[in-house]
Amino acid sequence: MPVIWIAGIYFGSLCVLLLSAFWDTNPFTAEVVHELTLDNFRTIFERNVYRDVAWRTIRMAALVTVADAVLAFPIAYYMARVASPRTRNILVVAVLMPLWANYLVKAYAWRTMLSDGGVINWALAPLGLHFDGYSTVGLWLVFTYLWLPFMILPIYAGLERIPNSLLEASADLGGRSLRTFTRVVLPLAFPAVVAGSIFTFSLTLGDYIAPGLITSEQFIGTVIYSIRGEALPVAAAYSLVPIVVMVVYLLVARRLRAFESL
Amino acid sequence: MPHDGVPDVRVAGLRKSYGDVVAVDTIDLEIAPGEFFTMLGPSGSGKTTTLRMIAGFETPDEGTIELAGEDVSSLPPYDRPVNTVFQDYALFPHMTVQDNVEYGLMVKKVKKGERRQRAQAALEMVRLGGYGSRKPAQLSGGQRQRVALARAIVNRPKVLLLDEPLGALDLKLRQEMQIELKSIQREVGITFVYVTHDQEEALTMSDRLAVFNEGRIEQVGPPAEVYEHPQSEFIAGFVGVSNVIEGNGRRYTVRPEKINLVEDGREPRQGWHVEPGVVSDVQYVGPVTRYHVKLDRGGDLQVLSQNLQEGSSEVLETMGRRIRVEWRREQESTIDEPEGGTE
Repeated sequence: MPVIWIAGIYFGSLCVLLLSAFWDTNPFTAEVVHELTLDNFRTIFERNVYRDVAWRTIRMAALVTVADAVLAFPIAYYMARVASPRTRNILVVAVLMPLWANYLVKAYAWRTMLSDGGVINWALAPLGLHFDGYSTVGLWLVFTYLWLPFMILPIYAGLERIPNSLLEASADLGGRSLRTFTRVVLPLAFPAVVAGSIFTFSLTLGDYIAPGLITSEQFIGTVIYSIRGEALPVAAAYSLVPIVVMVVYLLVARRLRAFESL
Repeated sequence: MPHDGVPDVRVAGLRKSYGDVVAVDTIDLEIAPGEFFTMLGPSGSGKTTTLRMIAGFETPDEGTIELAGEDVSSLPPYDRPVNTVFQDYALFPHMTVQDNVEYGLMVKKVKKGERRQRAQAALEMVRLGGYGSRKPAQLSGGQRQRVALARAIVNRPKVLLLDEPLGALDLKLRQEMQIELKSIQREVGITFVYVTHDQEEALTMSDRLAVFNEGRIEQVGPPAEVYEHPQSEFIAGFVGVSNVIEGNGRRYTVRPEKINLVEDGREPRQGWHVEPGVVSDVQYVGPVTRYHVKLDRGGDLQVLSQNLQEGSSEVLETMGRRIRVEWRREQESTIDEPEGGTE
């Protein structure tokens, strides 16, 4: 039974989405005309604004992923291989805690912090600096914060799975800490990093609330949200862009054995 | 010590505890160059901890470790001239067999050509010549074990440490590997320090062995000496079966294969000790039969007798019968001589 529900509701609506990408719009009334056409795809491929927004979104997703991986790895490493069991438990809870708070609350909190009168500019003011928080960089910070737990947890699990004896074997064969890290720990933890990146990348790609709160720049999600009223078929066609990007991303991730570490 | 000069391994006053548990309690050892030395004991007896302290994975609370005369007590594992064969093999799963074996040489910046060649030679020595391009996951347990051996030996360490290397293999493979390990050791001439809880393994492979119990060494000596003349009841029981007899104010043990069952009516021989008893259990194990005899004056003895003429039915018929057991006085081995013993 649940299988039927998932198939019907989830895949059914995806199919409707796919189908509506091929519908036409009456140019005068903006009403949807149920006639099959490829015009919507022509629009999103040929109009520069759609292309630019898509690239900006993909770039943002990539930068957020890189930042999260760089931040998460040392934290996960400390949790998995350095901390005492007690400290480890505290840290796991600390990493999970932000996930219990509502996403909107966190985004609004960041909006307040990033404002001209916010805590970030208050801290920078004595140094004579000013940070334009409502910018692409500000959004990058917000996304990096929001999705960080999704990167830490898979890497933590991946690092914890590496048997201690492998690290001992490397040391036994003459490998110092740095060599052991680059030759043994990093290659073995890499699939876990890719697994984490699936979350950070896809969540950034599809988000439409944080960009609207933090910047006036357009991203795939915000564009779809704003044109869905007057040009539903174009919005549907545009929504296939992140879907296709994610399918490619998942195929690459599978090649890198990311799914074995989830 | 069977060897003069500087021992390859010298351990003095070694102590290690975890919280309240004393894992290794003041151990002294000297292992000669080229020796096959076994540390034998039940789990938790401190043998593996001792090995790990020699390798550098654990830091002793007290005591020193010398390798070929050099004090390495404070050196990290990567600066010690030893290599380890791990119980779980610890092969790097993301590397090929060849890269695994080359790892130690790569770290020591050996040139690529020489590296290839030495790794190949090491793999051929363990009869895995054509397996270099495989991943560890594509090998059987026995093959992985041999890769682990090649990966350690290729570095030509002063001492090779082996932590129950055959523990995960099935019996037949284990026996084959015992012979192979021994012949490889003779071939390369490296000192082997071998940890096992299997007394048969220890007896068949070692030049000398040390029996560990509760963090201490109870006896060190060649296998025959330890087997024939166990110095404590623990050793008598752990290396073989205990067969402890008390008499004339002393306790001694006799190995089960040194004891004969005597048919009723035959005169006892000169110089043999005779005890009457009842056969309480008989186990027929093919080439031999194991009898459990309850002595009239108390105590149980195991007797091992070859089935030269008897079939299983004749052997099993002795169950419950009154018999006499006899052994030569020289076969008695005194243990735990009490203070001021009367013997």
